[in-house]
Amino acid sequence: MTIPHWHAAFAARAGGDEPVWLSPMRHLAMASFSALGFPTPALEDWHYTSLASIADVPYRTTVVASSTSVADLAPFMINADWPTVVLLNGVFSPSLSSLDSMPAGLTVLPLAEAWVSHPELVQKHLGKVAIGEHAMTALNTAMIQDGVFIHAPPNMHVLSPLHIVHVTDAAAAEAATFPRTLVVADRLATMTVLESFVSLADVSYLTNHVAEIVLGDGATVHHFKLQRESEQATHVSTTEVHQSRDSHFVNFSMAVGARLSRTNVYTVLDGENCGATLNGLYLGKGRQHTDHQTRIEHAQPNCFSRELYKGVLDDASRAVFNGKVYVHPVAQKTDGKQSNHTLLLSPEARIDTKPQLEIFADDVKCTHGATVGRMDEAGLFYMKSRGVPAETARKLLTYAFAADVLETIEVEAVKLALEQLTLERYAGTAASPTHATREG
Amino acid sequence: MLEIANLTATAGEKDILKGINLTVNAGEVHAIMGPNGSGKSTLAQVLAGHPSYEVTGGTVYFEGEDLLALEPEERAHKGVFLAFQYPIEIPGVSNAYFLRSAYNAMRVARGGEEVDPMEFLDVMEEKLKIVEMDDAMLARSVNMGFSGGEKKRNEILQMAVLEPKLAILDETDSGLDIDALRVVAEGVNKLRRGENATIVVTHYQRLLNYIVPDYVHVLAGGRIIRSGGKELALELEEKGYDWLLQEALA
Repeated sequence: MTIPHWHAAFAARAGGDEPVWLSPMRHLAMASFSALGFPTPALEDWHYTSLASIADVPYRTTVVASSTSVADLAPFMINADWPTVVLLNGVFSPSLSSLDSMPAGLTVLPLAEAWVSHPELVQKHLGKVAIGEHAMTALNTAMIQDGVFIHAPPNMHVLSPLHIVHVTDAAAAEAATFPRTLVVADRLATMTVLESFVSLADVSYLTNHVAEIVLGDGATVHHFKLQRESEQATHVSTTEVHQSRDSHFVNFSMAVGARLSRTNVYTVLDGENCGATLNGLYLGKGRQHTDHQTRIEHAQPNCFSRELYKGVLDDASRAVFNGKVYVHPVAQKTDGKQSNHTLLLSPEARIDTKPQLEIFADDVKCTHGATVGRMDEAGLFYMKSRGVPAETARKLLTYAFAADVLETIEVEAVKLALEQLTLERYAGTAASPTHATREG
Repeated sequence: MLEIANLTATAGEKDILKGINLTVNAGEVHAIMGPNGSGKSTLAQVLAGHPSYEVTGGTVYFEGEDLLALEPEERAHKGVFLAFQYPIEIPGVSNAYFLRSAYNAMRVARGGEEVDPMEFLDVMEEKLKIVEMDDAMLARSVNMGFSGGEKKRNEILQMAVLEPKLAILDETDSGLDIDALRVVAEGVNKLRRGENATIVVTHYQRLLNYIVPDYVHVLAGGRIIRSGGKELALELEEKGYDWLLQEALA
């Protein structure tokens, strides 16, 4: 264990001009991380995913200057008109970001600036949603350096999606970054936040990301996460959400990159009439290991949750899906539905799927289902009998399997971007097989 | 065009085709009839190259070429088309994309060039009329949520797009009401050419009122036990299959 390495890194991280309240929080988190250590397969939640490969890596926590330009990032922008915050190697980059087109009243700031300029709001929520009972969250809090703070005041409808781009380039080789996102949507506010994790260099590094999202009464937040890290990288990300009554949280996690990735999405439905939709798509190849863990906590009555995760695994890739739904005794009339479907393209590919329903109320409707399958031979023969070459048919069927869950994305531009990513991997074509009408 | 000699095939351990002999010339329509389990659909699927069946003996030549040596997609490129008894549903792939992929694959295999989506829509406009289909069907996933009649019409639409030399219709009439049957049969008739041939596999004589065969073959127990003209179908309709089966056993 390299806990001493992290103690040294923690000590070396200058407090600088951080607010007085932050320092004790970081110290507590460091103590918590020291006590917990890196997760091992002995922990139930880490049974199928080992961080042993990174536990002994003395990651640097400072990175050298880099020369990444706006042009370098163009392929990852999805829509250049969206307000965009770029964190380069974990630190806000003013020159790469574009925050000109921001609606009045909406606050989007680098976190290290926000905790000085908006101390009440930041102090009120930072570390309160993701409280650090998990080692990696504690380590993020202990090492916190920068991130993004987003605040939408009551009744504000933010029409344009906000794009947070976490960029890692060659300067971050063998380094660890600890980006933190804090989103506060006040009463009846609505907004869409997309977090992309991209890499400009084929290097090894650790991204340890935490997002905290707070939804006021009746608020709606769509949160998308697009993980396309370097295939040598380790990516651990935790999104923790707190929902007040009548709020709706919609999350989509797409994972295509990293050597090893672990995505946690946890939400607490802490008021009546809330809805949570947690969907995702993982595409594995080579020796990639992709783990998703979700936890939906129904703490109040009359809420619903929907969950659909799909995956396509090729070569010797592995994936894990663990979906927990916890229904408190008071949470009557809970309506929960969870499914996980994985397509295995190779005999070496493997999925461990584990739905976990813990229900302590007696008047609820909760279902779950998981399937693991191989290529649909009947569909394959059908296409071949129409003259479609075997390889094309295989790719098309694979794309179609994956694209099904992308159909659930309500933000059209995001949906198209994720479809495009999937197409590039499986169909080798620019036209979408799903949308005939848009072709012509 | 098609010469089948002593063809035998198995599904798993089970012998299904036990020596089929059949010659089909350009311009002809052959009906293959027979009781359930006689091997009719197996014959159709074997000709298309279905992987569930193993050919254990005999030969099939299509325009002088060994058909059994070809992959299913190569058979399609040569001009063999099977209208499925149970068309497959493909969620997530639009009918338009599917048809265009097939159309373009066929063009490329035959030395032509691919058409773009706009050009393809022009091609489709005329084809849709043949099966009286609305172009809204193109935007839907292949066969997903289609009624029985819509699925069969979709098969004939594919046939219209791919313009095969040899069309094999595997119980295309099963499960169709009389209106759907008429549309499907008329579609097939509109696509008939002097240089093409059709094999109609059916359980009932009804379809043959619309698609009139030149020859009727009765398949039973994996063999063709009787061949004749179109009047044989009427005889079967009247008397059933039992008399033929008993004759064959005698």
